[in-house]
Amino acid sequence: MSLKSDLEQLKEKGLAQIKTVDSTKVLNDIRVSLLGKKGPITNVLRGMKDLSAEERPQVGSFANEVRDSLTAAIETKKQELQTQLLNEQLSAETIDVTLPGRPVEIGTSHVLTQVQNDIEELFIGMGYQVVDGPEVEEDHYNFEMMNMPKDHPARDMQDTFYITNEVLMRTHTSPVQARTLEKHDFNQGPLKMISPGRVYRRDTDDATHSHQFHQIEGLVVDKHITMADLKGTLEVLAKHVFGADRKIRLRPSYFPFTEPSVEVDVSCFKCGGKGCAVCKYTGWIEVLGAGMVHPNVIENAGIDSKIYGGFAFGLGPDRFAMLKYGIDDIREFYLNDIRFLHQFKVED
Amino acid sequence: MKISYKWLQEYINLNENPDVLADKVSLTGIEVAGVRYPDKGLKKIVVGHVNSIEPHPDSDHLNICQVEVGESEPYQIVCGAPNVAAGQDVIVALPGSRIANNVKIKKSKMRGVESKGMICALQEIGFPDNVVPKEYANGIYVFTEPVKVGEPVFKYLGMDDAILDFDITPNRADTLGMHGTAWEVGAMYHEKPTFKQPELTETNTKAQDLLRVSVENKAVVPGYYLRIVENVQIKPSPMWLQIHLWNAGIRPINNVVDITNYIMLAYGQPMHAFDYDKLTRKEILVRDAKAGEVITSLDGEGHQLDPEDIVITDGVIPTGIAGVMGGLDSEITASSKTVVLEAAVFNGTRIRKTAQRHNLRTDASTRFEKGIDTASVTDALNAAASLLAQLADGAVAQGILVGNDIQPKDAVIAIRLARINHILGTELTLPQVQAIFENLGFGVTISDTDLMTVSVPPRRWDISIEADLVEEVARMYGYDNLPATLPKIAMTPGKFNPQQRFIRRSKTLLQSAGLSEVISYALTTRAKAQQFTMTADTALTKLDWPMTEDHAYLRLNLVSGLLNDIAYNVARNQTDLAIYEQGRAFTKKAGQIRPIEREYLAGAVTGLVSGDNWAQGKQVVDFYYLKGILDTYLADHDYTGDISYVANTDRPELHPGRCADVYVGEQFVGFIGQVHPATAKAYAIPETYVFQLDLSTLLALPTTTLVSQSAPKYPATSRDIAVLLPDTVTNAQVEAIIKRRGGQHLQNIHLFDVYAGKNIEAGHKSLAYSLTFQNPEATLTESEINEQMTHIIAYLTETLHAEIR
Ligand SMILES: [Zn+2]
Repeated sequence: MSLKSDLEQLKEKGLAQIKTVDSTKVLNDIRVSLLGKKGPITNVLRGMKDLSAEERPQVGSFANEVRDSLTAAIETKKQELQTQLLNEQLSAETIDVTLPGRPVEIGTSHVLTQVQNDIEELFIGMGYQVVDGPEVEEDHYNFEMMNMPKDHPARDMQDTFYITNEVLMRTHTSPVQARTLEKHDFNQGPLKMISPGRVYRRDTDDATHSHQFHQIEGLVVDKHITMADLKGTLEVLAKHVFGADRKIRLRPSYFPFTEPSVEVDVSCFKCGGKGCAVCKYTGWIEVLGAGMVHPNVIENAGIDSKIYGGFAFGLGPDRFAMLKYGIDDIREFYLNDIRFLHQFKVED
Repeated sequence: MKISYKWLQEYINLNENPDVLADKVSLTGIEVAGVRYPDKGLKKIVVGHVNSIEPHPDSDHLNICQVEVGESEPYQIVCGAPNVAAGQDVIVALPGSRIANNVKIKKSKMRGVESKGMICALQEIGFPDNVVPKEYANGIYVFTEPVKVGEPVFKYLGMDDAILDFDITPNRADTLGMHGTAWEVGAMYHEKPTFKQPELTETNTKAQDLLRVSVENKAVVPGYYLRIVENVQIKPSPMWLQIHLWNAGIRPINNVVDITNYIMLAYGQPMHAFDYDKLTRKEILVRDAKAGEVITSLDGEGHQLDPEDIVITDGVIPTGIAGVMGGLDSEITASSKTVVLEAAVFNGTRIRKTAQRHNLRTDASTRFEKGIDTASVTDALNAAASLLAQLADGAVAQGILVGNDIQPKDAVIAIRLARINHILGTELTLPQVQAIFENLGFGVTISDTDLMTVSVPPRRWDISIEADLVEEVARMYGYDNLPATLPKIAMTPGKFNPQQRFIRRSKTLLQSAGLSEVISYALTTRAKAQQFTMTADTALTKLDWPMTEDHAYLRLNLVSGLLNDIAYNVARNQTDLAIYEQGRAFTKKAGQIRPIEREYLAGAVTGLVSGDNWAQGKQVVDFYYLKGILDTYLADHDYTGDISYVANTDRPELHPGRCADVYVGEQFVGFIGQVHPATAKAYAIPETYVFQLDLSTLLALPTTTLVSQSAPKYPATSRDIAVLLPDTVTNAQVEAIIKRRGGQHLQNIHLFDVYAGKNIEAGHKSLAYSLTFQNPEATLTESEINEQMTHIIAYLTETLHAEIR
């Protein structure tokens, strides 16, 4: 039984040796010396040919057992050493995570674009199309189609930059509606559109006036569009832009292209309606104008106003942005001070 | 229009808090900008009677007055007003009182003499300067009618009132008169107003014997009426009349002028009075002015008349500008005896243009241009004549002189209840709607179940079609009561069109690359409008009548706006800038009127990309920084044409050695370059790089349709090659040759080094490329690649005299 006890001894010694190893290199040497082709276990297995047929399988299986347990011990130790090594390396690689990151600049979208995009997406979601049109317009579309013939007093309300007697800088985006209405085929369904863009008025630039500003006008025309639909649509808009708790209020007004015409107030988003400086202590803030499309505007586009009608509204992204962010000078939008622009990071 | 609450109460039964009334009016009809209470904040201001006055011993202008104020003893008050006199009833602010602007009055000593309070001018108790009668403008106010000493002054001066400031839209000129306003307010409270038409007694003198009247151009003077009042005594108006005027914001002058103003305020009918004795020809001829005619208006201004003006003449010479202002020559003065009263209807557009032309916007012209009640013209004239008899002892001559007689007609509009509900989305009943119309003073007859025939009096000339009646119903029913619904109509797809998507994507890309969006003015100076142009169509579009030369021309480029923005920021010490604008350039061929509006995209960078920091040195913007952004932007679109940059030395605003035109295939799409130092200097900006693209062109270019391909199965192989070249040879030339000789498996050319200087022959540079070869079908062999490299090298050597290193 000397072979078996040799193996026994080999195992004890080997395991003890493995336990104390502290480098992978030494561990590898031990592995080679114990389990290698010239190692003692191989020797034992070679010596088995001298054993009897009964002994051979017993010693053989014991030898395998010893080899397996040594292999396992080496493997465990190896893992242990590697983990230790890795930990040492990681520890040496420690950095100051509070140093600033390498700068990556991202540009901002202009706040007026943000307001405009927000409103465009709202209406796209409600099945409207967004229609662009010329900024240099014909008097015909800017005024006459909108129920403001040449001598109409309302033209005084909109001081106009004329280029010639018949060509001008559009004073509102309504001419886009006139152009679209004129072309629209109602057999293809109702007309639901908004027209955003730059508009121009003959004004002296100051804190509340700008010769260039923006408008978004909306128009819905079909066989049965009601003023209640207008109210509901504006409620959706007001809640979307100014907050879910907002209420709206319509007041009679006058525009040549709508009848009835209303001004729309939204309950003050600063004070909730109790009264504050923003709402001039009224609880309400005027945000847009709207109304039912004047029959003349419908007829001017070659459509029968007895069958078709609808609503229209117009709002100013400049005013919306001023209200929403407490901006008190409209010129800020067009002077483009980078510190002003960079405040508006999030498009929501 | 300033609306006196008390005046309204003369016509309707009204018991509403004025603030509440103001809110209601705002929500039903006309925006009320504010409510003013004239006596608000004032206290202890009473009527005093001046018993005696004596000069202050130590002053040359102060008087010591003994003033009865209803106490047991008179108060001694020192007064500096030049017009103070014994026997006057005056306004006294007692010690402890508050006068205008919250000023507190205390017992005091004036130059050693005790003074218990103050005798007040109207301004001191809150009257605006422009309504104080001229005789009291520079002194204390003196009551002219019996008042009770010691009583608060407010009721005597009409200050116990509320003044509502109506902000009237152009269509609601009916409320430019108190009668119209009473109808409007009455309708809200279901109160029918009552107006007393004063009685008129005429003398036996026939007006037509005194004056002839005729209207030449009847089309623009649809109504023209005169009355003549003789033996008029010019004097101040009674208090009630003065109060009505000053609460409406009009200064009392004398009884004749005041009456015309009062009638205008009451009826909304402008009135004019002129002196009969100053008419040389005893004739009134109303006609269009003649070119070259002149007139001096009541305010003393001279006017060159225009043939589009309407004038009142004495048959030959103009005596007034019709509907706008009377002439100085026929003015009512203290000595006037016989007064001609005029009530007329003039064409609104003509009056508006005349008022504009002569810069003479008056209460009268405003009313004529906005429209008056054609049914009450003669009522107003008769009321004025009656008041002249009553308040100026005048004798009204018999009959009205008619130059043109207007025939006022109701507007008759048929409308069905169903139509109203169809438009409003309501379920109103016939009685509800009928009541609204009747409250407004409209006649209603009903037939065929729900068909209403509505008669609208001329007072509401703004109503002529169905939609106008719908508005009346909507506002009187109340917009708050309207349901809120969404349109119940066929579904329509909502989506952005290709151009809108393209523009949105463009903005996102540039922002991701660090550029911030700006919005500049499209109107600019002549010089800036025509810089950085990209087409041959560079005719300028100029405003006919610009506000300033800074914004007089439409831009042909976006870059000049960006440079303005950079200058603005640099002047404020913001020197590291990366900005872009997306907007329109207005190009035009010579002779065209309307420009073509092209969508452009432009960017500008200056200063540092990033400053010095612990991790890396500062990075300064340069041509290639901006070009990299442009490369990325253009690569996003997969154009079928190749993108190429061609040096251009001829763009006047750009550095001749650092400027390239950008092409997609054969199509010019824009440029990139450094702003010419001279241009930069003119803008006061540092070294700046810019690009500008024509998005309208880019959008129209063909793009490849993507067909997905699997990732390559066979490995790619790369070879490096360095070539020594004369400086004049460009990278583009080298790459073109490599591409041409690289064979079908050349996948990519990557320039990884550019070197000149040490160890390189002067006037030469070394370019080093890494070439990647790949065959999707098989692994490329060494010899296949070698063969291609040999071709490339041979060709580079041959055509560019390159030396392979
Ligand atoms: Zn508020």
